[in-house]
Amino acid sequence: MTAPFDLNDDSVVVIVGSGAGGGTLGTELALKGVKVVILEAGKRHNMEDFVNNEWDSFAQLAWTDMRTTSGSWRVHKNFPNLPAWIVKSVGGSTVHWAGASLRFQEHEFKTRTTYGDLDGANLLDWPITLAELEPYYAKAEDKMGVTRTNGIPGLPGNNNFKVFEAGAKKIGYTEVSTGRMAINSQPRHDRGSCQQIGFCFQGCKSGAKWSTLIAEIPRGEDTGNLEVRPESMVLKIEHDASGKATGVVYVDKDGKTQRQKARIVAVAGNSIESPRLLLNSASNMFPDGLANSSGQVGRNYMRHMTGSVYGVFEKPVHMYRGTTMAGIVRDEAPLNTKRGFVGGYEMETLSLGLPFMAAFLDPGGWGRSFTSAMDGYVNMAGLWIVGEDMPQETNRVTLNAAVKDKNGMPVANVHFDDHPNDIAMRNHAYKQGSAMYESVGAVRTMPTPPYPSTHNLGTNRMSEKPRDGVVNKHGQTHDVPNLFVSDGSQFTTGGAENPTLTIVALAIRQADFIAGEMSKNSI
Amino acid sequence: MTTLIDRRSPSRSPSNGPSRRSILGIMGATGALMISGLAVINPREAWGLEVTTLKPETMRTLIVMARDVYPHDKLADRFYAVAMKPYETGAASDPALKALVEEGVITLDTLAKARHGMPYADVGWEEQRVAILREIEESAFFQKVRGGLVVSLYNQEEVWPVFGYEGSSADKGGYIDRGFSDISWL
Repeated sequence: MTAPFDLNDDSVVVIVGSGAGGGTLGTELALKGVKVVILEAGKRHNMEDFVNNEWDSFAQLAWTDMRTTSGSWRVHKNFPNLPAWIVKSVGGSTVHWAGASLRFQEHEFKTRTTYGDLDGANLLDWPITLAELEPYYAKAEDKMGVTRTNGIPGLPGNNNFKVFEAGAKKIGYTEVSTGRMAINSQPRHDRGSCQQIGFCFQGCKSGAKWSTLIAEIPRGEDTGNLEVRPESMVLKIEHDASGKATGVVYVDKDGKTQRQKARIVAVAGNSIESPRLLLNSASNMFPDGLANSSGQVGRNYMRHMTGSVYGVFEKPVHMYRGTTMAGIVRDEAPLNTKRGFVGGYEMETLSLGLPFMAAFLDPGGWGRSFTSAMDGYVNMAGLWIVGEDMPQETNRVTLNAAVKDKNGMPVANVHFDDHPNDIAMRNHAYKQGSAMYESVGAVRTMPTPPYPSTHNLGTNRMSEKPRDGVVNKHGQTHDVPNLFVSDGSQFTTGGAENPTLTIVALAIRQADFIAGEMSKNSI
Repeated sequence: MTTLIDRRSPSRSPSNGPSRRSILGIMGATGALMISGLAVINPREAWGLEVTTLKPETMRTLIVMARDVYPHDKLADRFYAVAMKPYETGAASDPALKALVEEGVITLDTLAKARHGMPYADVGWEEQRVAILREIEESAFFQKVRGGLVVSLYNQEEVWPVFGYEGSSADKGGYIDRGFSDISWL
C-alpha cells in the first residue's frame, strides 16, 4: 500500500531523513491521516542484508560522504573526514544505535538556571519541561518496547556486564543494571527477542532492536499515507515571496534533479546535515541561511562528553558476545558539583570487535604498547562514558566553500573544542571506570579517547525567544512557520542520557502539533 | 591466503628456489623472509609472494616494517604478507602510490645503513628498527602504511581466532546458547 505522491502535490508534508526523528514523525503523521513523503539520502536495506562484519557493515551503512573538521578534538587529527559515525540508510542511525533509552532528568531541561553562567558555555533552558515531555516519553517507551518500562523485563547480563556489575558494586555503586533498552527481552509487537548476537551497531539481524526501519516506517507505509524515497539527497529548501517553505530540490536515485512541492517541510538529517541544509538554502530573503535570523544555525554543536575504558584481566571475558550496551551505572548521572564539574555522566557497557578495537583503541597508535593491549583482546571488558557536554557557540557546523560534494554543494565542516567542564568530567569518569575494573582484578586499564561522534546534537536548538535559537518548543522554526526541525539538532542542551528516546518523544509530540495546526489550517 | 603462492605446489618446486648459499647470503635477523627471483618467500611457513610492480626487496622490507609497526609474536609472517600485498596490486595502477612506497623504503634503508651499515630489513633488533620508524612516523609513507595496515592486518578473518575473536555470529544463532554469560572466574 505504499503511496506514491506526485512531485507537484503541494499538500504533502516532506520530511528530510528517516531516522529516529524523521522516521517517527512520518509514521505518526501517516497514522493520523496526513500525507507524507520522506526523502532519505541512503539506500534501503532489510535486516537480512545486514552484515556481521564491522568494516563491511561500515561500508554498507555509514555516512561517508565528504565532511571536514577543525578544532582541538582528537577526531580532527585521527579521522579528519569522519567527524561522526552515523548512518546513511533508511532508518538512519536507529539502524546503528545500541538501544539505550533513558529519560532526561528534570534539571537537564533547565541548565542555565541550574548551572548558572558558566564561562564559555552558551547554556540556555529548554522551552519545555520534563513534566511536559513525560506523556510523550511514556508513549515512546511503549512504542519502542523499552525494557524495565511497561512491565517488560530487563535483558539478561552478558559476560561484559557481569564484570562491569561486579566492579561497580565493589566500589560502592548501587544504580547498576542491564538498563532500559529498546531491545526486546521477550517477543513484543511482532518482533522477537534478543538472540545475543553481539552486532547491535551493525544493524540487528534478529529484529529484536527497535529501529524506524523495521518498527515504524512499515506501519506508516501500511496506511497508504507514507512514501519513503531512498537515495534522494536534498540540496535545498525553497520558499515563496511571503517567506513560507514551498518544497525541496533533491537529486534522485538516478542522479536527476527533482523538485518536490510541500505544504510543510521537516528537517531530520541529524545535527550535521540538518544545519548544512538550512545554510545551503540561503536566498536573497534569507542571506544567512533559512531560519537563521538568530545566527544560531550550526552553532552549539554538542557530541556528548564521551570516552571509553577497557580493562584487561588475567582470564577470558569474551566481551563481544551478546547485547553490546545492556549494562549501565547511573550513580554518576545526577548533578553533584562537589566532583568539580556541572552535569553528570552514565557508564554503559561497550564492546568492539577486533577490527574496530584496532582502529579505535588508540587511533594512530602503534608498537608494542599498542599490540600488547590488542593481545589481551579476549580478556578485555569495556565501558563507554556518556555525559553532558557544554554547548559552545564556537563549536559549530559551517559550510566549507572550498570543498563541494558530487552535487556541487559545499560540504559541512565540523569544528569542536572541549570545554574545561567536559575535560574535568571525562577525567573523573576515566578514573571511576578504571577503579571499577581494577577492583575486580584488571591488570591493565586503558582510557580510550572519544570515537567519531555518534550523538550529534544542538545545531538548531530550541529556544523560547527567537534571538536565542532556531526552533520553538514544537521544533517549528522561529522564522518560517511551515518549516520544522525534527531531529537531535533541536536539543537546547544534551543531558547525560543517550538521546534517541528524547528524539522519538519530541517527534511524537511534534506530530500531534503539526496535525493539530494542519486541521486548524494555521499552517 | 590464496594470493600467496604455496611453495609446496608442484609448479613451485624447491629446485626453482634459491640455493642454500643464496638463502644464507641474504638472511638477516628477520630470519625467514627471503628473496627468490621476483618473489618474497618464507620456506618455514611454505609460502611465497610474487611481485611484478614493486621490487621484491621493497615487498620484503614492507613485510618486516608491518611486523615492526604491529608486532604480535603469535602471528606468522604470512598475515603480515597478506596485509601488505595490496601495495603490489595498488602500485600497478597508481604510479604515485608506487613512488611513495619505493621512495619510503629507500629512506628506511638509507637511515638503516647510516646507523647500522645494512638495509632496514636486515637490522637485527626490533628496537633498532623501531627507532628508525619513529624518525619517519609523521611522513606520508609511514602514515599510509600504518593507516592501511590497521585495517588490512586486523580485518583478516584468519587472524581473529588467534586473538580469541569469533567474528560473525547471527549465522550461528547468536550467543544465546553459545556462552554469552558463561564467565566463571569472577
